[in-house]
Amino acid sequence: MLIKTGIPTPEDLEKVYPSEERMLKGPVAIIECFQKIPCNPCTEACKQGAILPMKDINDIPEMDFEKCNGCGVCISRCPGLAIFIVDRSYSEKEAIVRIPYEFVPLPEVGQKVVGLNRAGEELGTFEVKKVQSGGKKNMTYTVWLAVPQELCMEVRNIRLGGVTHGE
Amino acid sequence: MRIVEHPILDFQRGEKVTFYFDGQPVEGYTEETIAAALHAAGIRVLGHSPELHRPRGLFCAIGNCSSCLMVVNGEPNVRVCVEKVQPGMKVETQKGKGCLR
Amino acid sequence: MKQTEILVVGGGPAGLCAASAAAELGADVLILERDSKPGGQLVKQTHKFFGSKKQYAGDRGIQIGDFLLEQVESNPKVEVWPDATCLGIYEDGVVTAEKDDKHIKIKPERIIIATGAAEKALMFPNNDLPGIYGAGAVQTLMNVAGVVPGKRVLMVGAGNIGLIVSYQLLQAGVEVAAVIEAAPHIGGYLVHASKIRRAGVPILTSHTVKEAYGNDTLEGAIICRLDEKWQPIPGTEQDIKADVMCLAVGLSPLTELCWQAGCKMKYIAELSGHVPVRNEYLETTRPGLYVAGDVSGVEEASSAMVEGRLAGISAALSLGYGKDKAPQLQAEALAELKELRSGPTGEKIMNGIMKLLGKEGAAC
Repeated sequence: MLIKTGIPTPEDLEKVYPSEERMLKGPVAIIECFQKIPCNPCTEACKQGAILPMKDINDIPEMDFEKCNGCGVCISRCPGLAIFIVDRSYSEKEAIVRIPYEFVPLPEVGQKVVGLNRAGEELGTFEVKKVQSGGKKNMTYTVWLAVPQELCMEVRNIRLGGVTHGE
Repeated sequence: MRIVEHPILDFQRGEKVTFYFDGQPVEGYTEETIAAALHAAGIRVLGHSPELHRPRGLFCAIGNCSSCLMVVNGEPNVRVCVEKVQPGMKVETQKGKGCLR
Repeated sequence: MKQTEILVVGGGPAGLCAASAAAELGADVLILERDSKPGGQLVKQTHKFFGSKKQYAGDRGIQIGDFLLEQVESNPKVEVWPDATCLGIYEDGVVTAEKDDKHIKIKPERIIIATGAAEKALMFPNNDLPGIYGAGAVQTLMNVAGVVPGKRVLMVGAGNIGLIVSYQLLQAGVEVAAVIEAAPHIGGYLVHASKIRRAGVPILTSHTVKEAYGNDTLEGAIICRLDEKWQPIPGTEQDIKADVMCLAVGLSPLTELCWQAGCKMKYIAELSGHVPVRNEYLETTRPGLYVAGDVSGVEEASSAMVEGRLAGISAALSLGYGKDKAPQLQAEALAELKELRSGPTGEKIMNGIMKLLGKEGAAC
């Protein structure tokens, strides 16, 4: 259970996923925010009007997936780093997952990095396709990772060697 | 250990200086607190408790709790978590309540 | 004797906002800050804040601290005294302080106490070993001084501070062995929990520290599981090797000055301890003495900033400043506070404030 482990369950995730049809069309934002907290920067970040205005600041963000063009501005604007962009139209075998990243060193384009799931478990090594700065003030980077289509809803973090945790 | 590279922060540490911990030279920076400089040098025992003589270290780091009292330039009960490093400073482990000389 | 219209004790988010708000209405303000750099605990908050634009959501705490400081420094009505510690508030309204090894007397017409809170400790054998710190202390060491606390950390407490400091330890390249939490649920925002979980840090709810061990400094801790009555379950002990333990088990309001000034105090568990009784506009039972931020009940910095603004406006208005604008500004601040506290995470705070105002059971 999310509230015990920090890992969203398949039932939690189902509620925030776009339709398969929308996913296949192109890049789309997935907001993995499941708790009512006083926070609304995502609604102001979205210039497409895809993240709907909140009635109450404690509301959970709601998406109009048809309006989302996958621009990704919201990724680095979410204080909870809870927004990801998934592009299943990338190629037949691979999808792009865009992940917010605030660690050093930054990965380089072309570098192979370890992809992790929501529990921090390793899913394989994947290639970094692009590294985007959120700006000098924002300081959150967005890392574009090419992953197999079947893992695009699993990979949510990366590791560049270095420290490992668990046991 | 000092952090060299950080994703968000850039550290302004000031000038590198030498001060003395129980007679031994330690490197510190003028914008650092004594406690931070000692930690960077791996020194975590800052004093001993008055009754049971148990080791004492840093606890709050912002001058609230008095766990980090040391003798600085002869003056006891200095909260080293908020006292900045100065060149040549003599910092000593405090045993018990300390006394004014 | 130093004269001022409004004296603000504490230059953290609440104090800085109080000073700006009061000065904007025309009052002369003096801020006493015991640290060399005002900003309170914002100076070590590297994460982005929640809330809305009005509370600088999306900006990092350090950036908000710098901005609030610039705001007061650019206002000629505000004087900031860093390295100045308030020592006492007397019956005749004189306030004493220590600055540059000198004892200074101040005579303000109004006082706003914004002294914040202190970290709580936790009881277990060997809890005094060097290497066991308040989580905020480790945050100061790492984010202000740029010094890592050690190699491997056991974080105790999965509230916002425990979760955020764990993430920041990872950013500083320090390993976090686990986050343990005595309650059956994670207390902090779940997005913070998910961030460290997907970096591989286990979060163990219903777990506590049985004892710490180490020769002179911390070497590890025995943790164990708790049953639904919060009692240790025998046989569930685990040995966690760690040279650092962070206690993120809550904060206590720093209310010494309020007690000393003779404010009526009340124990309110939801607000994290004894807090001064105050009215809606944050004036305590000692007329002309206001409170704002964690000293009046431990909460998020977003609320502390709005409370500071409200106290500043109210103190200035009581001196006759901003009679036309102030009531509107007060209403706006109250509406913001209501909004920030309206969701499930603010429920506890609302209940506490209702108890404090003697309006238990009333609709928020």
